[in-house]
Amino acid sequence: MNNRMKLEFLSKSSNESFARATVAAFVSQLDPTLSDLSDIRTAVSEAVTNAIIHGYGDETGTVVITCEMDAQNQVTIVVEDHGAGIADLALARTPLYTSRPEMERSGMGFTVMETFMDSVDVWSEEGQGTRVTMTKTIAPPEEASISTPDQAAQ
Amino acid sequence: MQIGFEMQGRTLVARLKGELDHHSAATVREQLEDIIKRQNVKNLIFDFTELGFMDSSGIGVIIGRYKLIHGMGGEVAVSGANAHIDRILALSGIKKLMNVYKNTNLALKAI
Repeated sequence: MNNRMKLEFLSKSSNESFARATVAAFVSQLDPTLSDLSDIRTAVSEAVTNAIIHGYGDETGTVVITCEMDAQNQVTIVVEDHGAGIADLALARTPLYTSRPEMERSGMGFTVMETFMDSVDVWSEEGQGTRVTMTKTIAPPEEASISTPDQAAQ
Repeated sequence: MQIGFEMQGRTLVARLKGELDHHSAATVREQLEDIIKRQNVKNLIFDFTELGFMDSSGIGVIIGRYKLIHGMGGEVAVSGANAHIDRILALSGIKKLMNVYKNTNLALKAI
């Protein structure tokens, strides 16, 4: 199913649940399993939290999410900020590394995204911002046991 | 996010209801620090039976309290986590630091 949506909101932590719930509601039209949906909610939550904490920090900026699905049921989610950017991407993606230990950040954000999604791609430029692109293919729901009259006729 | 607290001897049971993310983590952390300071808490059980969602922010909250409680000679455990939260606990290495139980009764018996 080809479809696309775009969501834009202020980098306030109270929008984290709004963002993941909205993406999950959009993806729901593909009939994902509860497990797939949890994976997507969690990955979106991590990317949005990164944008809020690391991208904007004490400032307020805009976070943009675009979500696209194609005919093969591949979902592509892009989470973008125009904040500080990441100086050392490899370091940022290292499990347990955090630039904010005083905030009790676990340093597991990228690891969670990588575990729960099929692919995670990060573009970042210091002073420009960060763009996280994640994909996940949703397996089509189990074949219905009763076919519709149209299908039966074919 | 709602948190219910209950003391069982010197073990504090913290029942979290709702979603634990970066936003709600601040409240959870504050309330826990407050009660641990005021009560004679030795051990802590995070009861996640009614926790519907958790991301890596939850890991930070658990490990932060673990350092405090463990530093005072106590134990920390997690109970009632759903399959998804259990995956995050495993991924983060939390299961190597503390025991994870099906429910709080089992955790209370073991502590």
